[in-house]
Amino acid sequence: MTALTNNIAAKLGSLTVALRDLADPADRESYAIDGFIPGAVARPSTTEEAAEIVRFAAKDKLAVVPVGACTKLSIGATPARYDIALDMSAISQISHYDPADLTVSVEGGMPLATLNATLREHNQFLPLLVPFYSQATVAGTIASGIDSPLRQAYGTARDFLLGAEFIDGTGALVKSGGRVVKNVTGYDLHKLLVGSLGTLGVITRLNFRTFPAPLTPRGFLASFPSQEAALNARRAVAGSPLSPLTLDVINPRAARIFSERTPCMAEVSVFAGESGQTGEGPLPLPGEWFHPRHWQLCAAFAGVPEVLDRYVRDLTRVAERYGATSITILDDATRPSIWGRLREALALFRESSPFAVVLKLSLLPSVHAQAITVLESVGNAAKLLPALIARASGTLYIALLPDTVEDFSIEGLALMTQEIISLSHRFDGRASLLFAPPTIKHLLESALNTHPHADLTLMQRVKSAFDPQNIFSPGRLFSNPPWG
Amino acid sequence: MTQVFIRELKKLLGPSEVLNLPEDVLLYEYDGSVEKGRSDIVAFPRSTDEVSCIVALAVQHQVPIVGRGAGTGLSGGALARRGGLIIAFTRMNRILDLDFENQRAVVQPGVVNLDLTRAVEHAGLYFAPDPSSQKSCTIGGNVAENAGGPHTLAYGVTTNHVTALELVLPDGQIVRIGNKQGDAFLYDLTGLLVGSEGTLALITEITVKLSRKQEAVRTLLAVFDAIDNASETVADITARGITPAACEMLDGWTLRVIEDYIHAGFPLDSAAVLLIEVEGITEAVIGQAATIDEICRIHHAREVRVARDDKERDLLWRGRKNAFGALGRVAAGIYVLDGVIPRSKLPQTLRRIKEIGDQFGFRIGNIFHAGDGNLHPIVLYDPRDTEQFERALKASAEIIRYCVEVGGSLSGEHGIGMEKSELMPLLFSDADFDLMRRVHDTMNPACSLNPGKVFPLNKGCGEIRIRPPVPEALAHR
Repeated sequence: MTALTNNIAAKLGSLTVALRDLADPADRESYAIDGFIPGAVARPSTTEEAAEIVRFAAKDKLAVVPVGACTKLSIGATPARYDIALDMSAISQISHYDPADLTVSVEGGMPLATLNATLREHNQFLPLLVPFYSQATVAGTIASGIDSPLRQAYGTARDFLLGAEFIDGTGALVKSGGRVVKNVTGYDLHKLLVGSLGTLGVITRLNFRTFPAPLTPRGFLASFPSQEAALNARRAVAGSPLSPLTLDVINPRAARIFSERTPCMAEVSVFAGESGQTGEGPLPLPGEWFHPRHWQLCAAFAGVPEVLDRYVRDLTRVAERYGATSITILDDATRPSIWGRLREALALFRESSPFAVVLKLSLLPSVHAQAITVLESVGNAAKLLPALIARASGTLYIALLPDTVEDFSIEGLALMTQEIISLSHRFDGRASLLFAPPTIKHLLESALNTHPHADLTLMQRVKSAFDPQNIFSPGRLFSNPPWG
Repeated sequence: MTQVFIRELKKLLGPSEVLNLPEDVLLYEYDGSVEKGRSDIVAFPRSTDEVSCIVALAVQHQVPIVGRGAGTGLSGGALARRGGLIIAFTRMNRILDLDFENQRAVVQPGVVNLDLTRAVEHAGLYFAPDPSSQKSCTIGGNVAENAGGPHTLAYGVTTNHVTALELVLPDGQIVRIGNKQGDAFLYDLTGLLVGSEGTLALITEITVKLSRKQEAVRTLLAVFDAIDNASETVADITARGITPAACEMLDGWTLRVIEDYIHAGFPLDSAAVLLIEVEGITEAVIGQAATIDEICRIHHAREVRVARDDKERDLLWRGRKNAFGALGRVAAGIYVLDGVIPRSKLPQTLRRIKEIGDQFGFRIGNIFHAGDGNLHPIVLYDPRDTEQFERALKASAEIIRYCVEVGGSLSGEHGIGMEKSELMPLLFSDADFDLMRRVHDTMNPACSLNPGKVFPLNKGCGEIRIRPPVPEALAHR
């Protein structure tokens, strides 16, 4: 332990806060970000304790990274400084749940799966089925800004987050929004927390609109011999009277990973009519659904029997029109294996290569076909075909998954990543790097923090308003000066 | 107001684009609320560049600036509380881009809400936020106040439909935030700007999502003999997990006034009606309409009518959307309140509103978005009678206080503006205001834009004061 960490530990020890055993390096290691181990770990049991730690850190300008279950800490840049990991997982109660109003107020450290288990008792749910689902905390999910396949029907967190309470960079406990589904009362500061990667505040409480759990959810899977056919079918469904819950196209490389890998966590059942937790074992993928050269269209829908019939009929008609070679309707028994994989896709990608680079591109759906063609030619040239998930909402997930970097240097991988980032700009989109080896993150710092059409000055001012001393997760979101 | 500023402004825009005679600017003293605030000058830019130049000029001359659309707002958001310059966006009313495949439109702020829907309906699309004033209100105003409307119950309010904005900051700088697709790059500044009531920046271009028109729609009118039965029906529909596209309530007294004017076919002897609409694919709509019918009858609906065709449906909606106009026929002044409560608290809140009305000597009508707990109690008063006006404001504050007490909020869709700035401490602490202040100052540090709004006056910034503020009744209650 360095002198600095000893010092932090001693000072933190004088606070009234319950601390992890600071002497045990293994404990601090579990909070590492890209190999960067924090000087100390604090695990407050109340919001006031957490605020006290922030005030202490603000006084000494110590860098604080708020963490939940530590499942998505590698999203974002490597922190420039990392003095204290502020583990918020012990502050995890439901503060208020009014099932009749379909609203819930929950402390940030609560695991999503636990929250959904409570909501399920009232046939409700929160449509945030995100990677690392069974461990991820509510606040961590919001701070990571990660989306869910269900955004097709329910939007992203910003659409159903009604309000928040958080600790700002001065150590003050503040709030915005409210607990009601419609509200124009002061600035919607809570929207800024979505995707902020812990750079604006320590989230202590989140208020959500909840949703009725879909009645008898079903899945639809169609295999197409080309990306063009699959994307055309996706467009036809998106422009039809149907409102599917999810609508994604996955490429052959992603399909192969789905067929080779099983989510390590079973899907925690969140919908009506399901028997509950399906166990901790892996989810087998029955049949030969994922053809190695085929593009898959995955959709989900729900409703009364007449509605289900209509979806099956219309989806089948569209799939056949675009030359689907196989069509599968997924029921309660088979659906979780696909949904589990779609939900955990980013986790599966990351674990399938020690050098995984996973990017999120935000593009208009109409340019997907063109962008994917370019991506594939870039991949062909480099002999590294990317795994792709193309949501109808426009989000395009791209994973570069080399088996080794022996014949594929880190520099080569960085170059390819860089090329993808410029590609997103060419299509008037935005790119964010979700997972990458730390060396690649460092090589790409400047590329990630610039955008031909984005002005970072305002962002920087907002960051300073929330966190005047720059103590929260410095360097995680912006690595350029003055953020270091 | 310095003559130099006016001269330079006229030179910049042309004399016909600037109003500064007292009789001309008088028209901009009002909006749809009970507030007043007189500007000294009104300018009508036609482009973002012009807005930028005007802003730079005004800031140089220390003239406060207020952005304004059609002036239909209901919280005084577009009034010049501190005098100065109103930038009226009514001539920036072009639709710049329509993208049917991606369901996006790029518009200037002065485009009228319903005009956008009219421009895209041939492609089966529409713009979802539908405030009652949609025939005249502008999308810029909708963005500033995060406007709602009956159908936001299922489809969300304005903020859920805006993906990118072009801003002019007080230093004249033009900045673009968000993107057409909608996923935020780093911080979701678009989410911050929508509903910021013109206090952060002037909005000069808006990218919105267009929604696809549903295949089938059923409109039901449920008639009740007791208002409690109607509100319990709403609570039950919500609790059972049915999300209608719209769920509106009109109490008996209000609907009689409307019926007299619109002849929508509302039953004259009822205590309340619910106007409920379900949308979706045909198969889904049939089932939902049947379930809603059943729930209404469980709660003793006397009658549940289903609109037989578009004509009947339009008539029912005409009754709802023209309600405020109808009420204007029976009183010199109508004060439309805007409060929001958890939907489970609807029955008790309606009873409390009745009590407050009795206590302050007003007949308070109710016509509102019951499905999302957004109340619009209506107080009829005589604006010439100062005592009565003061009493109306007191009754209003009492109702809003009760909304907060049961877990609700100050405004569901009208905004804080100058109407409710002094009620903000009911919800927010000094620490909350401090952070809001700091965020405000990131864009509008000298309070050049819309001074005296949203924040309580004693927590306002070092505002530019070109003359003492006019007395405002709400500021002193």
